[in-house]
Amino acid sequence: MASGVGRSASVLRAFVSNFSLRTLSNEHFLSGLRCVSCLHKRGYSTPAPTVRAQYGGRHTVTLMAGDGVGPELMGHVKQVFRYAGVPVDFEEIRLDREHNDSEAFRQALLAVKRNGTALKGSVETGIDSPTGSLNAQLRTELDLFASVIKVQSIPGVQTRHDNIDVVIIRENTEGEYSNLEHENVPGVVESLKIITAAKSTRIARYAFNYAVEHGRKKVTAVHKANIMKLGDGLFLECCRKVSEEFPQIEFESMIIDNCSMQMVSRPQQFDVMVLPNLYGNIVGNIAAGLTGGQGVVPGMNIGENYAIFESGTRNSGRSIAGKDIANPAAMLLASADLLEHIGLKSHSELIRDAVIKVIVEDKIHTPDLGGQATTVQVVQAVIGHVREKTKQ
Amino acid sequence: MATRVLKSLLAPSVRTLCRRYSSQDARTVTLIPGDGIGPEISAAVQQIFSAAQVPISWEAVDVTPVKGPDGKFRIPPKAIESMNKNKLGLKGPLATPIGKGHPSLNLALRKEFSLYANVRPCKSVEGYETVYKDVDLVTIRENTEGEYSGIEHIIVDGVVQSIKLITEQASRRVAEFAFEYAKLNGRDMVTAVHKANIMRMSDGLFLKCCRAAAEKHKDIKFNEMYLDTVCLNMVQDPSQFDVLVMPNLYGDILSDLCAGLIGGLGVTPSGNIGENGAAIFESVHGTAPDIAGQDKANPTALLLSAVMMLRHMGLTEHARKIEKACFETIREGNVRTADLGGSSKCSEYTQEICRKVEAMD
Repeated sequence: MASGVGRSASVLRAFVSNFSLRTLSNEHFLSGLRCVSCLHKRGYSTPAPTVRAQYGGRHTVTLMAGDGVGPELMGHVKQVFRYAGVPVDFEEIRLDREHNDSEAFRQALLAVKRNGTALKGSVETGIDSPTGSLNAQLRTELDLFASVIKVQSIPGVQTRHDNIDVVIIRENTEGEYSNLEHENVPGVVESLKIITAAKSTRIARYAFNYAVEHGRKKVTAVHKANIMKLGDGLFLECCRKVSEEFPQIEFESMIIDNCSMQMVSRPQQFDVMVLPNLYGNIVGNIAAGLTGGQGVVPGMNIGENYAIFESGTRNSGRSIAGKDIANPAAMLLASADLLEHIGLKSHSELIRDAVIKVIVEDKIHTPDLGGQATTVQVVQAVIGHVREKTKQ
Repeated sequence: MATRVLKSLLAPSVRTLCRRYSSQDARTVTLIPGDGIGPEISAAVQQIFSAAQVPISWEAVDVTPVKGPDGKFRIPPKAIESMNKNKLGLKGPLATPIGKGHPSLNLALRKEFSLYANVRPCKSVEGYETVYKDVDLVTIRENTEGEYSGIEHIIVDGVVQSIKLITEQASRRVAEFAFEYAKLNGRDMVTAVHKANIMRMSDGLFLKCCRAAAEKHKDIKFNEMYLDTVCLNMVQDPSQFDVLVMPNLYGDILSDLCAGLIGGLGVTPSGNIGENGAAIFESVHGTAPDIAGQDKANPTALLLSAVMMLRHMGLTEHARKIEKACFETIREGNVRTADLGGSSKCSEYTQEICRKVEAMD
């Protein structure tokens, strides 16, 4: 019994150290504060600093609860932050199904520009809504060009595949999400997918820099250039060109349909993946599904000046709203990533370690992970670990 | 007026799905053996069919492009005539021609016979198991437009636009087909897969057509799901899906994803349904030139596609026998080709299936 506990404790320690170290470069872990935003500054000559709202030691962060489970999860995040003594004040902005006019959107935009970072739930888009996806518009307006989703197998979470450790870097502002559609004649609709050399090069460079920063070995570019010869052909060409600047990183390309097949048969072969917008959406969701689902995968949208943190799969969770069964892990891990981004590394680690301990060690699982726990029970357990640590 | 015309155009192709052929009529089917391992696996299928006494006679044609009088490369007229006459085809893997002037053969066939729907039933193969054991779904993909229209432009240097085309006619056609297929094959539910929150007009139109078709087929359940949610749920629990209908690109990706769930393209059948009752059933794997001619190939994908064809023709009893023999052979595990984890030759595998089929009579 004792040896079993000892073994699982050492597995946990190894996993936790791996998990938190993965968000920073292994070599620079001890060399002081490193923030996620520094990664993308490396590749650009722009002098514009990453925006921070910090005064008197306290940070201000925009909070947009959105729809579905957003409001309840944000409540839990605030509670955890209180217990962890996080010096962050939230500026709460309403942007959801009911508050979605141009004024509400403008306020949200200004708030993120003012504070530099935001924690966000998903805003539901009605199919007949006149404005289109506000989530996508926010990302485009703020030029949050990179969506980064880190997907790892979690010990204790039963999945069909093990040893998955993939980072999915998705171009976030163009491609199929350009929102340029028109009906030429009734019953004939064209939707434009835009690929530019500038944005493709930018995301490729971000991906390779990320790989170097985090000690990753391989970057896979995913495309459909055999069919969309000009569009995806351009994306692939830009990735290839950038790969020549990083000879130490292995570069390969894969067609999206083969990639999907490989993801469900042998996902362990992937390391860092760089993809245009839609394929990134697909592969990101496949990867999240393979490692436990939308409840455990955090996501971040990074721009040169701003960053928005949210759940990796961007679900609003409409069907489980208000039922106290949502898994708060994804949002809590996203909030931990946010804290790291603004330089509050020790608070970030405190919260991240607590969440991982609850899932891996305590095994308090909500229904999406096959358990019976409620959201509140998970949050209480997280707070329990946080208080334990802060007492020391 | 327009809708009446459209309806009358749709009805014949849908009605032919229900046509039954008496077992006395020998139906001629166009056979396109293909390249690489194509000829071997086609021969294997023919052998199994004759062992099962299927009332089919084969007309083999070659689709290698020939230069026409105008200098353009085209599918040989003999092949086109054959398909137009027989309306049914079985196709092995085709090598993609390299070099300019050769059209994509698959695309040419699709255009020539207006193959508007690609159907891939994905069912877990007993005995050749993956980590997904309970897959039983069908992906139906619109095959003619969408993101694969091939309309691309370089606007200015470094800016490219690809046009995704969605038309009401094509969407309605594939949606109708999906519900008819579900009804004919005893499936309960059709799910429309889309991204209408992002591509509101195009996927919105597709969704509208699916909803309209659902209204006409109230006995089949219908729901809609975002593409990303489908991917997320598919890899966690594929048993929740039944029939999926979607535009071209999503269909391409999802059908390959589902093929991966059951073990890859070597065991996945595929059918392309066209207007006026035409249909081409094919294996979707590659030509495997490295093992061509060595009696190592696995004919399962082509065989299951041929079984699909039998069902399409109404020869359900023959279809059942051959499919049962094939799955039993794989399940027993003694005689399997190398890609299925065995060490038998293609001919041995084929003979075992023939033996089982004959034993069933």
